[in-house]
Amino acid sequence: MSDDKSAAAYWTANIRIIKICLAIWALVSFGFAILLRPLLQMLPITIGGTDLGFWFAQQGSILTFIALIFYYTWYMNRVDREFGVDEQ
Amino acid sequence: MSQFTLNLLVVGASFALYIGIAIWARAGTTSDFYAASRGVNPIVNGAATAADWMSAASFISMAGLIAFVGYGNSTFLMGWTGGYVLLALLLAPYLRKFGRFTVPEFIGDRFYSQSARVVAVVCLLVCSITYVIGQMTGAGVAFSRFLEVQNETGLFIAAAVVFIYAVLGGMKGITYTQLAQYCVLITAYTIPAVFISLQLTNNPIPGLGLFSTHAESGMPLLTKLNEVLIELGFQDYTGHHGSTVNMVLFTLSLMIGTAGLPHVIIRFFTVPKVADARKSAGWALVFIALLYLTAPAVGAMARLNIITTIFPDGTSAEPIRYDERPDWMESWEQTGLLAFEDKNDDGRIQYYNDNSEEFASVAAERGWEGNEMVTFNRDILVLANPEIAQLPPWVLALIAAGGLAAALSTAAGLLLAISSAISHDMLKSVLTPNITDKQELLAARVSMAFAIALATYLGLNPPGFAAQVVALAFGLAAATLFPALMMGIFSKKMNTYGAVAGMLAGLIATLLYIFTYLGWFFIPETNMLANTPDNWLLGISPLSFGAIGAMINFLVAYLVMKVTAEPPEHIQELVESIRVPRGAGAAVDH
Repeated sequence: MSDDKSAAAYWTANIRIIKICLAIWALVSFGFAILLRPLLQMLPITIGGTDLGFWFAQQGSILTFIALIFYYTWYMNRVDREFGVDEQ
Repeated sequence: MSQFTLNLLVVGASFALYIGIAIWARAGTTSDFYAASRGVNPIVNGAATAADWMSAASFISMAGLIAFVGYGNSTFLMGWTGGYVLLALLLAPYLRKFGRFTVPEFIGDRFYSQSARVVAVVCLLVCSITYVIGQMTGAGVAFSRFLEVQNETGLFIAAAVVFIYAVLGGMKGITYTQLAQYCVLITAYTIPAVFISLQLTNNPIPGLGLFSTHAESGMPLLTKLNEVLIELGFQDYTGHHGSTVNMVLFTLSLMIGTAGLPHVIIRFFTVPKVADARKSAGWALVFIALLYLTAPAVGAMARLNIITTIFPDGTSAEPIRYDERPDWMESWEQTGLLAFEDKNDDGRIQYYNDNSEEFASVAAERGWEGNEMVTFNRDILVLANPEIAQLPPWVLALIAAGGLAAALSTAAGLLLAISSAISHDMLKSVLTPNITDKQELLAARVSMAFAIALATYLGLNPPGFAAQVVALAFGLAAATLFPALMMGIFSKKMNTYGAVAGMLAGLIATLLYIFTYLGWFFIPETNMLANTPDNWLLGISPLSFGAIGAMINFLVAYLVMKVTAEPPEHIQELVESIRVPRGAGAAVDH
């Protein structure tokens, strides 16, 4: 039974980090780059003569995606070891 | 040495390299042929995935695609990269743990059903075959432009090269040639971009140059670009002009479609461990980003460059005389990709937006009688870059080799997805389960040869809808394969009825919606409604429908699952086991 419990806990931990990562994934692309762009335009921040939303649409979201995947990889490798399900 | 000889030498050397790799990486078993024996280093796999993913369209057309629209086409940048986050978090590690060879194999085994397997094979074939047509025609065009051969001859040469390394080496050969092809294509793309960025902004990194100061005017580059575009009646570059709903849905469709494309997914079957599959997706995106962060810079800079070339003294002064135009314009006019027409007989080139009503009075005042740069193919932005930046001829030769590398690497990945679906999923799993490994390897090679012949035939006789098919491939991958794969992993209770009903609902809804506006099977004049925003359901473009198709798939699958029997115990245990990484090594030989 303890095996089942730890399998369930492992999966819950995985789902939790996936949700967090996907929330950021959606925030930078659909949010900052498109839907929230008018809000970002009201900030007094400009980058290369244009607004932050344009930067997120052309570069910021891609850089965030890379960071997200490596963060998830690092985090899950740790979780794998914690729950003893990593590959030997 | 003439440009032609130089092109021939550089392209010939790159081909010799690919064939050499193929001979070194021959496949001896089906595990070699389908999954390179799962021995590929995750970083190498990342580079191979990047080449697999970035097609002739990414290499040649992407910069132009963004340059002529500006902000609105950022959808391609975000959509084609954001899919890797979905792959890394939702699919790749689990499918690697499952430890089989093909995408339909997972769907067939997980949903314990031959019909699920066959539906998945059909979806895979439709996606991959439509996609491969574009690659073959792209390779043919690249050959004919740089090596002065007929389009058809170019296509045959491309097919022959792919034949050698794909049939001989399978996934193993393809992986290491894709690694070489990535190196060729990224070098070819970066060198001219660096020089253009240096000339315009004094910044050697194009991605940074895009957001820095335009050296000549002292203004930020994008401000300068917006200014000259508005002065010529065009929309500003950084503004939001299209429909917001479509921008979101189109980006989402590209993301989900990217994650569901079989030729990309199978690349993650080649790494040794589950942790490697996660890491490899990250590296793939790093290698892709090297090009995708450069492309929008190339686009914006080339567009500004062309306008300042035509209006050397500013947009309010007279444009250049036609007979004083730079040499590169002259040479690209011969290809038909660039054409001028002196509409007001003043011997000068007026380039402006003659569709803008507001600008018409300004144009009339200045004695302009229409835009005189009548043809301006967007591919020129990349292809003519070395000449615009006045780089030595070997850079142009490198661009030729890079364009071919992009087309060939994607074609090979697609052909492997197609042939393994036939030899492994149809023959080994459904029709003739008793064949030995050796016989299956032979069948895989024959299927590969057959797939290359089919792709060559379709490349020679493209069904006349080449532009639409890529949208179809993404739409279908998003609406059929991605939801089935995701539910197979994340829902233990998802059963065969739900999965099959969901895939069929997604497939049919997406096809119907696309055919309604683009014609039945893309035959012109058979569309039931004109393809205009007024006719679209809730204003959703057919190109953006993949995301809706995916939602329909999820919904139908869930409803059907609720009213049908649970999957058997051993399937639920299978799902448990693919959720944990431990034991992936043991799943290698099954």
